[in-house]
Amino acid sequence: MKEKIPPLYAGTVTKYVFIESYKATPDDIAARAYEVSGQVMIKETCFGLQITGREEEVDRVIAHIRALDPAHIYVKDRGFPPGDPRRCRANLGGARPGYFGHEYEMGFIRRISIGLEQLENASERPENESEQKETEGLSVKRLMELIDQEA
Amino acid sequence: MAQVFIYPATSLILSDLVARFGHKPLGTALSVRERIQTAGLDSPPLQMTPDDAKKGLRWAAVEVPSGVRGRMSLFGPLIDQAEAAIIVKNPDFAFGCMGCARTDELVEFLIKQKKIPILELYYPADEEEGIIFVRRVRDFLTGLGGSS
Repeated sequence: MKEKIPPLYAGTVTKYVFIESYKATPDDIAARAYEVSGQVMIKETCFGLQITGREEEVDRVIAHIRALDPAHIYVKDRGFPPGDPRRCRANLGGARPGYFGHEYEMGFIRRISIGLEQLENASERPENESEQKETEGLSVKRLMELIDQEA
Repeated sequence: MAQVFIYPATSLILSDLVARFGHKPLGTALSVRERIQTAGLDSPPLQMTPDDAKKGLRWAAVEVPSGVRGRMSLFGPLIDQAEAAIIVKNPDFAFGCMGCARTDELVEFLIKQKKIPILELYYPADEEEGIIFVRRVRDFLTGLGGSS
């Protein structure tokens, strides 16, 4: 018979907090989160935290954490709350599927951190900002440069 | 505050940047949360249910594989709500066992049909592109107005 699971933590939101910083560790942000935790539920993980609670409460805690290292702390929504029996590996009997996307993006998220740090310094605006590098082939701009060189 | 659809819809980077610049990111987590917090006849669904493939018929034809229709039952309502969109083109992890190239194409098509502001990017390959990536996202989101 299908197991009946009531809706868990209805009316709440869960958010992931990822940290990729040389100044702070997941432990540091956990300690900082507990300082203002109020009514939210905090789960510590190897990459950061999961915070569950009413949206405004969660946002308040996240704002407090983010002040620690704004360009190196990242936040996103999560559908399931922590420990949900349909998702938690304690109930599934093995490794939990998922996290492939996070693993992929965390591999180069330092480039985003650098971009965020540079935002404050408008004087270092790169010349070719309007477009990213072409992934392959010769760009029109480069072709025009070559024509100009030959002329 | 605009509702900005992000694709890949599970992207940490896009979700963070959209929220950071004062808008609401529309990602898969919102659809999943709505499902699991809604009580059904028996209980909330495991994640996807056979009904989702039927709901997906609103966005994809019946001969389209059920995997695409099931995905569209998550993405479709978000696209309907979207007031703008940011799409990362050809992300590696949205193809193969993790994703579905046909869904990617259909989502892109549906967003473009909506005639909403769209920003299309590639993931940054180096630090310089990272700076450009963030600035383009920031400029796009600022242009939507109402950001904080």
